[in-house]
Amino acid sequence: MSFLQLMWFCVIGLLFAGFLLFEGFDFGVGMATRFLARNGDERALFMRAVGPHWDGNEVWLITAGGAMFAAFPLWYASLFSGYYILLFLVLVSLILRGVSFEFASQALTDKERNIWQWANFVGCLFAPFFLGMMLTSFIQGVPMDDKGNVWAGFFDVVNWLSIVGGIAVVFFCFLHGLHFLSLKLGPGDSRRMLNTSEKLYWIAYPALVVFVILAFFMTDFYKLRPVTSWMLTVVILAATICGHVSTVKKRGGFAFASSGITLMAVIAWIFNGIFPRVMVAEDPAKSMMITEASASPYTMKIMTIVLCIFLPIVLAYFVWSYFIQRKRLVSNDVSMTDLRKPLAVH
Amino acid sequence: MGVLELSRIQFAMTTIYHFFFVPMTIGIGLAVAIMETMYVVTKKDVYKTMTKFWSKIFLLAFAVGVVTGIIQEFQFGMNWSNYSRFMGDIFGAPLAIEALLAFFLESTFIGVWMFTWDRFKPVWHMVFIWLTNIGSILSAIWILTANSFMQHPVAFEINTATGHVRLRSFKDLIANPQLWVEFPHVFAASICTGAFVVMGCSAWSLLRMHIKSKKDVESVQADAEGTAKVDFFTRSLRMAAVLGLIGACLAILMGDLQGKFIVYDQPMKLAAIEGIYEDTGDPAPWQAVALINEKDHKVEASVDIPEQGSILYYGTNHGKVRGMNSVNKELHEKYDAKFGEDMNYYLPTTLLFWVFRLMVGIGFAFAVVSICVLWFTRKKKNTLWQSRWKLWIMGLFTFVPFLATTSGWLVTEMGRYPWIVYGYQTIADAVSPTSTVPKVLFTCVVYFLLFLLMGTVMIFYSRRVLHQGPFYQPDEGDTPVEVTAGTQRKVALA
Ligand code: HDD
Ligand code: HEM
Ligand code: HEM
Repeated sequence: MSFLQLMWFCVIGLLFAGFLLFEGFDFGVGMATRFLARNGDERALFMRAVGPHWDGNEVWLITAGGAMFAAFPLWYASLFSGYYILLFLVLVSLILRGVSFEFASQALTDKERNIWQWANFVGCLFAPFFLGMMLTSFIQGVPMDDKGNVWAGFFDVVNWLSIVGGIAVVFFCFLHGLHFLSLKLGPGDSRRMLNTSEKLYWIAYPALVVFVILAFFMTDFYKLRPVTSWMLTVVILAATICGHVSTVKKRGGFAFASSGITLMAVIAWIFNGIFPRVMVAEDPAKSMMITEASASPYTMKIMTIVLCIFLPIVLAYFVWSYFIQRKRLVSNDVSMTDLRKPLAVH
Repeated sequence: MGVLELSRIQFAMTTIYHFFFVPMTIGIGLAVAIMETMYVVTKKDVYKTMTKFWSKIFLLAFAVGVVTGIIQEFQFGMNWSNYSRFMGDIFGAPLAIEALLAFFLESTFIGVWMFTWDRFKPVWHMVFIWLTNIGSILSAIWILTANSFMQHPVAFEINTATGHVRLRSFKDLIANPQLWVEFPHVFAASICTGAFVVMGCSAWSLLRMHIKSKKDVESVQADAEGTAKVDFFTRSLRMAAVLGLIGACLAILMGDLQGKFIVYDQPMKLAAIEGIYEDTGDPAPWQAVALINEKDHKVEASVDIPEQGSILYYGTNHGKVRGMNSVNKELHEKYDAKFGEDMNYYLPTTLLFWVFRLMVGIGFAFAVVSICVLWFTRKKKNTLWQSRWKLWIMGLFTFVPFLATTSGWLVTEMGRYPWIVYGYQTIADAVSPTSTVPKVLFTCVVYFLLFLLMGTVMIFYSRRVLHQGPFYQPDEGDTPVEVTAGTQRKVALA
């Protein structure tokens, strides 16, 4: 395996991690619009909190897909064609969510706005669920042929691990979204988010245990790469505990960082586990290796140059766009039921 | 219907739909950026109102464009996995660069632009919309790099071990001559689309003022808001007409160059769009209209303009244009060893012939309409807003650019048949082996319904924006208020 192949494997992992880190809280906020917002105005407020950012966040996924296509075309082809229906469902969810922001802002009545707020919620709930299912299904070993085609049956895609995996991703995105909101809303709302998150964390522990037990038996991660896999499991757990403690202490910033690390560590755990493969086949001899799947060294060199020049620039203005819009959004809790009443500053 | 046909239908449907919104985003985005620049330069409030008003239509188009774009990115892997395996080394790079260079730029800065009207100096705020627009244009360049390679493969070699293509020179990939006729033409088409949507919407808005008689004209002129409205839409119309004229001229010019390029590069495509079966004489005539018999490979009747064919395709009054029959023979000689004798190289000629004429006709119509609008709105004698039939025609032109772009893509993509990568991979070899009819059919139907829904809502909201007009003041009540950080933070976490 060449250095470039290894590097691009990591870069793609990083892009997926970036996707969960950023888009993760968009999803969480979308879920919060139904679970925590008390009325249409508050839902609009929540959506406004991610309004300027969701599109940029989604580009992390697009870039991850593009980078996969560029650096490991065979991986892209096998994974995307093999998980046809799941990816289709992800697309539908992303479409519903994507248009909901603009359409909701165009709505004139509560009823009309409510439709798009529902679209946002449904999209934000199901996109991470199906993605989580895909991520936890392809690591179990799927039926593949010599040409790299994935012939996954229903139970290869839908099984205990993938269902628990999907729910886990949804759940952690939700927590992450609450922590993001705690940083974006006024004092009262901020506290409410952290209180909810604090209680929810008690579900996280048993869920994690179940997930690790299932993963222990249904993947070869703990047999093949026991040390690093256990280490990353500990990181996930530690970040979860950290997040929990932060919510107890009402430190929104720390809680946000912790839940972000949890999500990224999950991606790290997956990429660590499949290495040096990119597709895990049921029959180990048919697994697709990094070395087989990659593009030519020349293409990877070009891509590396482009990445080195542009990633820092992108990161700079990406972070800047958050920085200039860091102010909290406040709404008047009392007047919430009346759409037309002006909102006051706390 | 098999997997191949369904996958093709799905691809055609999703890309054409995506491409309704892409040129709108690029074109209206450009218009909005110019409006804001005028505001910054002249400091006239009317330009700020214009920027804000047209940006509502722009943002609606942008939203649908973005969500349909994600389908594009995924479906190469989902539906065309063998194509992705074959082309990955070449196609992946432009796609990834597009995301890194273009999508981050446009999506980040549009977020900044939308929400920071009062936060930055007007000059800086203007820079954000320009960056968004540049992002959209860059995105077009990179995706067309990939498309140009499929039309005219360059800078590659075949990896003998895998049979896949391998990139040899990135520089040459970008220097692909096909790209540098294709991109300017697409850019021109986008300018046209933006211009005519703005023009058409202005015309609809003026029509809604119900000016039917001299008396109506006087009452509008007596009313401040009426005058302001006429002024607003006249300005929009004139700006759109200037853009439309530039776009149309550029589209005609670059379209001509594309024709001159494919006459050598893809003679079959050219013969099909001109409906030529037998090699022409020298100089070649040009068939303005023709009755085509696809079954027997011949033209039943046609109206010819002598010498025009040579002039169009070679720029001089001599030179033969090759017909499909002889090109077909040549293609069989060239490719039978590799692809077998059963290949059908004939194209759906009737469709391509007429669709091409539609596009070209629209191109010239755009130029004519733009000039007329500039003439009828001239300072001394601006009468356009009083003439209902002229406004009706312009209003209908809102929808015409989409016909032109769809026609253009049908020519380009169907004219490539039976190749997906010209001369190297057939469409039939490109589909995912794992696709099945129920899967692809199901996704086709759902996409179709989603598109229908989004299109309807988008048109409904656009109409409502037009009804509200530029001076509509929404109740600011439900927009959240922002608090300065600092002190607030302590309160929050105390
Ligand atoms: C508003 C849109 C519009 C207008 C007015 C025109 N076109 Fe066009 N045309 C397109 C929009 C378009 C397009 C959708 O953008 C295409 C599809 C692929 C491409 O490169 O541009 C295209 C493709 C396309 C092609 C196929 C190129 C290929 O297969 O490589 C030719 C030969 C022309 N055009 C020629 C013309 C001529 C001679 C025009 C003028 C009179 C013209 N087009 C007006
Ligand atoms: C990088 C850009 C593009 C690529 C890689 C691409 C690739 C393809 C592929 C894989 C197919 C299916 C095979 C076929 O039926 O020919 C196709 C067909 C088609 N594409 Fe493109 N395309 C691109 C851009 C576009 C755009 C922007 C449009 C316009 C909206 C478009 C319009 C079509 C149409 C109409 C077909 C159907 C042709 C047919 O039925 O034979 N394409 N293209
Ligand atoms: C067929 C291949 C294509 C792919 C894979 C593709 C991919 C995408 C993706 C993923 C997005 C969403 C970006 C976001 O979330 O911000 C998008 C939007 C966009 N695409 Fe495409 N696209 C294709 C065809 C085209 C073509 C041919 C053009 C231009 C000529 C184009 C221009 C754009 C633009 C300008 C946007 C910005 C969003 C908008 O429409 O407003 N795309 N595309």
